[in-house]
Amino acid sequence: MSYRSRLKYGIFPAIITAVFILQGFSGKDQQFSRNIFNSLSPQDTIKKKVRWPGSFGLGRSAGQKYIDSLDIDVRPDGQGLPPGAGTVKQGQAIYLAKCLVCHTGKSSRGRASAAESPGPALITDSLSGARVKTIGNYWPYASTVYDYINRAMPYNAPGSLSPDEVYSLTAYLLYANKIIPADAVMNAKTLPRVKMPAEKMFVPDDRTGGAVIR
Amino acid sequence: MKFKSEEKQKARALQQKGASAEQITTTLQQKDAKAEQIVTTLQQKDASAEQIATTLQQKDASVQQIVTTLQQKGAGGEIAATSQQKSGTRLKKTQIPLFEFDTPQESGISLPAPNGSKISRRTLLAGMATAVVVLVQTSAGKAFQAAVPERELYDDPTKKLGPPPGKLGTRSPHEKLFKLPSGTSSRTPLQDLYGTITPSDLHFERNHAGVPAIDPDKYELLIHGMVEKPMIFKLADLKRFPSVTRICFLECSGNFRTGRETLSPQEICGLTSQTEWTGVMLSTLLREVGVKEKASWFLAEGSDAAVMTRSIPLSKGLDDAMIVYAQNGEAVRPEQGYPARLLLPGWEGNTSVKWIRRIELSDQPFMTREETSKYTEPVNGKYRQFSFTMDARSIITFPAYPAKVEKGWIEIRGIAWSGRGKIRAVEVSTDAGKSWKLADISGPVLDKAHTGFRYLWQWNGEETLIVSRAIDETGYTQPTYKQLQQARGAGGGYHYNPITAWIVKRDGQVLLNPDRA
Ligand code: HEC
Repeated sequence: MSYRSRLKYGIFPAIITAVFILQGFSGKDQQFSRNIFNSLSPQDTIKKKVRWPGSFGLGRSAGQKYIDSLDIDVRPDGQGLPPGAGTVKQGQAIYLAKCLVCHTGKSSRGRASAAESPGPALITDSLSGARVKTIGNYWPYASTVYDYINRAMPYNAPGSLSPDEVYSLTAYLLYANKIIPADAVMNAKTLPRVKMPAEKMFVPDDRTGGAVIR
Repeated sequence: MKFKSEEKQKARALQQKGASAEQITTTLQQKDAKAEQIVTTLQQKDASAEQIATTLQQKDASVQQIVTTLQQKGAGGEIAATSQQKSGTRLKKTQIPLFEFDTPQESGISLPAPNGSKISRRTLLAGMATAVVVLVQTSAGKAFQAAVPERELYDDPTKKLGPPPGKLGTRSPHEKLFKLPSGTSSRTPLQDLYGTITPSDLHFERNHAGVPAIDPDKYELLIHGMVEKPMIFKLADLKRFPSVTRICFLECSGNFRTGRETLSPQEICGLTSQTEWTGVMLSTLLREVGVKEKASWFLAEGSDAAVMTRSIPLSKGLDDAMIVYAQNGEAVRPEQGYPARLLLPGWEGNTSVKWIRRIELSDQPFMTREETSKYTEPVNGKYRQFSFTMDARSIITFPAYPAKVEKGWIEIRGIAWSGRGKIRAVEVSTDAGKSWKLADISGPVLDKAHTGFRYLWQWNGEETLIVSRAIDETGYTQPTYKQLQQARGAGGGYHYNPITAWIVKRDGQVLLNPDRA
């Protein structure tokens, strides 16, 4: 069972609780809400035994168009990736034009000063020995590269890149970090298949409180 | 509120109440920082020349009186202004007639500059060189300005009428409370605070792409994904749901610095603050949309330029998560997520996504950049992920650097907190950890909240180390740096909550013990 599927199926005690609670709500809406209320509403309300209506009738339902306009996230399994594609070569050109000005740092030489490079180094060669933690040695999922560039970069013009540009930049950065070959094309099918070297490095939090220091 | 550099200008609008058109603008301008002189230009709006033309309107001809309301132009500041004559025109000390006011609300006189600003400090320092100008009107309706040296005002407060009630409170100009900003965060001055509630303007800040400007009327929260009915809630909707108010701390998980003796609590761990929050339980909203059985996580997304995102286990969302819109009795401040943010009590600050615009329910985490590249920490050759909870911690905030103390009785004070529940006890050592004593806990002891502690100590003047450690209701005892390092095989990273020790020098100077012990 991979780390991610362990997360998904709820190895964390917290998740087990959530699943358990939710599975308690079989069937009817009414029962669902009462259970949520009884077990999970703020304690003061519970104490007062206030009877809540099935719904408060506030807010409005969201149409698909509205949802699509905001729903930009991309998951490791590729859900959320838009149509489009990009190559390493195209990505390199865009990177030189729009990114390098802030991301000059070469990982092997350590982090550049803030004045030299306001953004962190994005390129490293190996899992071990590199002083900078970045895409090649620290990022567990390739989807995050797409998602983050798409939502937050370039820092001075976030949200300005087209899907093709983001696919290209993702391709270039994955290539520069020695994860995919120079001729790779990134799209909604290929990107989720990219395996990141650092995925195996991640473990879920096992601190639980109590006497043990972790 | 931002304090601009010394050379920058400050402007305040002086507006005469009751008058229909006469507006007076007071420009507070520091002409020369070295000379420590402040120049105020009183300029009539309509007049083109730089001329002091104050029009005073007698509200009631029979009464000797001035009615001036100082009103700050724009929002977010104090009603206060130091009015001073233009440089050169040395103010003559004038006997001020006794004021009589119609009603307090309609009255106003000048008072010292806004709290904490460089201007007011300089004004105070300048002493005789500066003066407070008051506008006085004779029974005949003739207006003139009267100046009182400020020192004289402070000499004997019983001899001078103070300022009338105002629209906003002020902080005494003697109190210099500031956050400590860097490019990405700003720290709470823990050593300067009392009790456990952080004044809203001193709440720590950490953002990834600045503070967004959000119109509350246009604000919307979308909840979708694995729900029965995707819904949009406007701010007014959120406020109509049953509300909950609670006090808890909020702490950034990257909240540990050391390395030199001259670090204050603010510099060591000033990325923690405490607030009384009001909002709606997330479980209340999830009840409206109906959560599908398979959902186990949700994505929280902000509307800042980083479009900040974190994946949160649904169990937390159904437990004590809130969407909060109020902070210490007023709307949440822009820096803290105006008009609404997620609040996850006891969890690392980054997960309490500010300016929240979207919640998407899912059956797995989204693996956003802030939960992979950032907010993960090295632990024994691996990287620990989804380490949400803030472990118990404490810090002595007095005496602490930069304080200097004297021999004799000292009340050691500090705060302790745990993201796992209540603080059970705080222990203090005044002999470098050889022996530990229980500190007094000053209640209330709240769940996931900064909790005050006190310990009375008689210092004999010899150099020593004073130390505190928190114990929470799970039985967890705040570890030393060494213990953390041994447990994690790493000497830093997120979630580093070691015991802080202060050196008390023979001359009374208190310094951080930077030993990684
Ligand atoms: C104006 C300067 C600037 C420009 C231009 C810029 N970035 Fe960034 N970048 C930053 C900063 C600053 C950060 C760190 C943000 C943070 O920590 O929240 C960053 C972070 C990143 C990260 C995450 C790094 C990590 O280790 O977590 C990636 C990936 C990235 N940038 C890619 C890009 C790409 C691709 C472009 C070009 C389209 C770009 N950036 C353009 C300033 C810039």
